[in-house]
Amino acid sequence: MAVKALAPNYTGVPRDAEENFHGNRLLYLHWRNHLMFASPICIPVPPDMPFAVLRDEVLPGLYGSHPDFDKIDWEKVQWQHGQDDWTPEQAKSLADNGLVHKSLVQFRTPGLTGIAGSGS
Amino acid sequence: MNKQASDIAMKGADTAKTTPRKLGLKERYNLMTRDLGWDTTYQPMDKVFPFDEFEGIKIHDWEGWQDPFRLTMDAYWKFQGEKERKLYAIIDAFQQNNGHLNVTDGRYINALKLFFQGVSPLEYAASRGYALAGRNLRGVGARVACQMQAIDELRHAQTQIHTISHYNKFFSGLHENVHMYDRVWYLSVPKSYFEDAMTAGPFEFVTSISFSFEYVLTNLLFMPFMSGAAFNGDMATVTFGFSAQSDESRHMTLGLEIVKFLLEQDPANLPIVQRWIDKWFWRGYRLLALVAMMMDYMLPKRVMSWSEAWEIYFEKNGGALFEDLSRYGVRMPKYHEVAQKEKAHLSHQIWSTFYNYSHAAALHTWIPKDSEKDWLSEKYPDTFDKLYRPRFKHWEDLAKKDERWFNDGLPMLCQVCQIPMVFTEVDTDPTRISFRESDYKGAKYHFCSDGCKDIFDYEPEKYVQAWLPVHQIFQGNCGGATLPEVLAWYHFEPGVDNGDYDLSPDRANWDRWTGTRAAD
Repeated sequence: MAVKALAPNYTGVPRDAEENFHGNRLLYLHWRNHLMFASPICIPVPPDMPFAVLRDEVLPGLYGSHPDFDKIDWEKVQWQHGQDDWTPEQAKSLADNGLVHKSLVQFRTPGLTGIAGSGS
Repeated sequence: MNKQASDIAMKGADTAKTTPRKLGLKERYNLMTRDLGWDTTYQPMDKVFPFDEFEGIKIHDWEGWQDPFRLTMDAYWKFQGEKERKLYAIIDAFQQNNGHLNVTDGRYINALKLFFQGVSPLEYAASRGYALAGRNLRGVGARVACQMQAIDELRHAQTQIHTISHYNKFFSGLHENVHMYDRVWYLSVPKSYFEDAMTAGPFEFVTSISFSFEYVLTNLLFMPFMSGAAFNGDMATVTFGFSAQSDESRHMTLGLEIVKFLLEQDPANLPIVQRWIDKWFWRGYRLLALVAMMMDYMLPKRVMSWSEAWEIYFEKNGGALFEDLSRYGVRMPKYHEVAQKEKAHLSHQIWSTFYNYSHAAALHTWIPKDSEKDWLSEKYPDTFDKLYRPRFKHWEDLAKKDERWFNDGLPMLCQVCQIPMVFTEVDTDPTRISFRESDYKGAKYHFCSDGCKDIFDYEPEKYVQAWLPVHQIFQGNCGGATLPEVLAWYHFEPGVDNGDYDLSPDRANWDRWTGTRAAD
C-alpha cells in the first residue's frame, strides 16, 4: 500500500509530470565545492538542447558571478549524472546524452575550491 | 413524565427555597464533558465516525482517555476572557507609546515577519485541524479536548494578527500573511508540513501536532520567538506569548496524554505510533531550520545559539522524555543523531539561502556585523570560520562595492520538506550536498535527507502530489515566468518588501525615526 488512505487503492496524480512543463524538462544543476550558491539550481530545458549550449550559454548565466567561474578549464571538468560519472558529448542533445526529466547534473572543477578554499 | 423526571421535579419542589447544591469539581467535569457524548442509535457509530479506524489504531475503551486539566467550557471562557482583557490593555498601551521604536534594532522586525508569515497561519491551520480531529474521534473526552484546542488556536491567530498589526503600519512584509502563506516559496515549508498532518487520519494528526510538535518541539519554535522578543524589547509580542503560554502548557500535556493513551490501548498501536513519531520528529526538525536561522542571525540581541537550544531542549529534555516513554516500548525518533550532527551547520546554511534569494522573499537579509560574526565563531568554533565566514566576507566585499549579490537561478527543492537542497553530508564532508533519490512509477524524486526519503518511500502516492513552488513557477502557475510577475503574484512590493536590509525603506525609516546612523 503506497499511502494510508480511507479509500482502498487510492492513487495520487503526480503534480510534476513531464507533460506539465510545456515541452521542457526539469534539470537540476550543482557545481561542487561552490556553496556560495546555497543549493543546487533547477531550470526548465528543452530536451533537444545541445549539451554545448547548456555548458557555454546556460551555465555562465547561472554561475558566472562566482570568481572561480572564469578560471574553469572546461576540458578538465568532471561531470556526473546523478551520482554516476558521466561523459557528455558536446554536440548531442541533453536527451541523447541520457538526461531525463528531473535529472541531476553535478560538475566538479579540479583545482577550484571556492571562496578562500572554503567550498563556498 | 417518566419516573426519574417526576422524582427530580418533586425533589426540586422540596428544596425550592434552599440554594441549589454546588457541584463538586469532578461531578461538574463529568456533566460538562463526558456526559455530552452518547452512542448514536439512528445510525451505527461506525458510519457516524468513519475516519477513526482506517489508520489501524485500535481503541478498546475511550473512557481510558485522561484529561489532565479537567477543564469545562464555562471555566475555559472565564479564564480566556481574563487573559484577553489583560492582553488588549497592554497592546493599547504599546501602540499609544510607539512601542515599536523601543526594539533593539530595525533588523529585529524581520524575525517578526518570519513569525507572522510562517507561524501565525499555522495557528489558524491548527484551529481547523483540531476542529476536524474533534469531529472525527468518537471518544467524547478526546473530542472536548480537541474543541478547546481548536478555540485556543483560533485565539492565538487572532491575538497575533491584532498585536502585529501595529508593526504593519511602520514596516514592510506584514501586509498579507495569509495570501503569502498560500503562495510564497519559503512558506510552503510550514504550509506543507501542516497540510501533511491535516490530510492524515485523526490519530496521526493528534500525534503529529499534539505530541511531536507541541510536546517535543514547541520549546524550539514558540519559545525562541518569544524569548527573542523579550530580549529585543518587543513587549507586544512578549505579551501575546505570555497570553498563549498557559494554553501551550495545556497543549503539551495533552500531547503526552494522547501518546500514552494510544500505547496503553493495544500493543498493535506501538509500531504505528513509533512510525509517526519518527516521521513527525523529522518533519518538525526540518521546519525548525527556519528557527535556527532566526536565533543565530536575525536577533540583534541573541538569546542563545541554535546549537545550545538544541542541546538543552532536544538532546537533554527530549532524551529524558523518550527514556520515560521507553516503558511503553517507544524509542528515540529515527535520525535524531543526524539532527545532532547538523546543529553546527543548520543556521548558516539557511541564512545563506535567504541571502541568496532575498530578492524573492518578503523579509530582508544582511551580512552579520563583525561583532556578530565573532559571536558565531565563538558559538560554532568547528564550522563557522572554516566553512561559512568566507562566503559572508565575499558577499560583504561585493556589497561595499554596491554589487549586492543574489542567486539568479531558482533552487532545487526537497520533495518532502520543500526546503531548498542546502543540507550537507555533515558526517563525511560538510561541503557536499546531501542528495537522496527515489524512482517511483518511472519518475525521479529528490530528497535532502534519509529522513525525508523514508517519509516519501512509505507513502509515495501522497508526496507525488506535492506543490513545489519552483516547479509551479516553471509550469506557469505563479503569475508568469519572470521574477517581477512572480513577486506581483506573491503580492510583494519590489524594492520595499524584498532585498537587502541596508538598501530597504525599513532601514532608512528606522535610521530616521531613531536618529541613528549605524556605525558600520
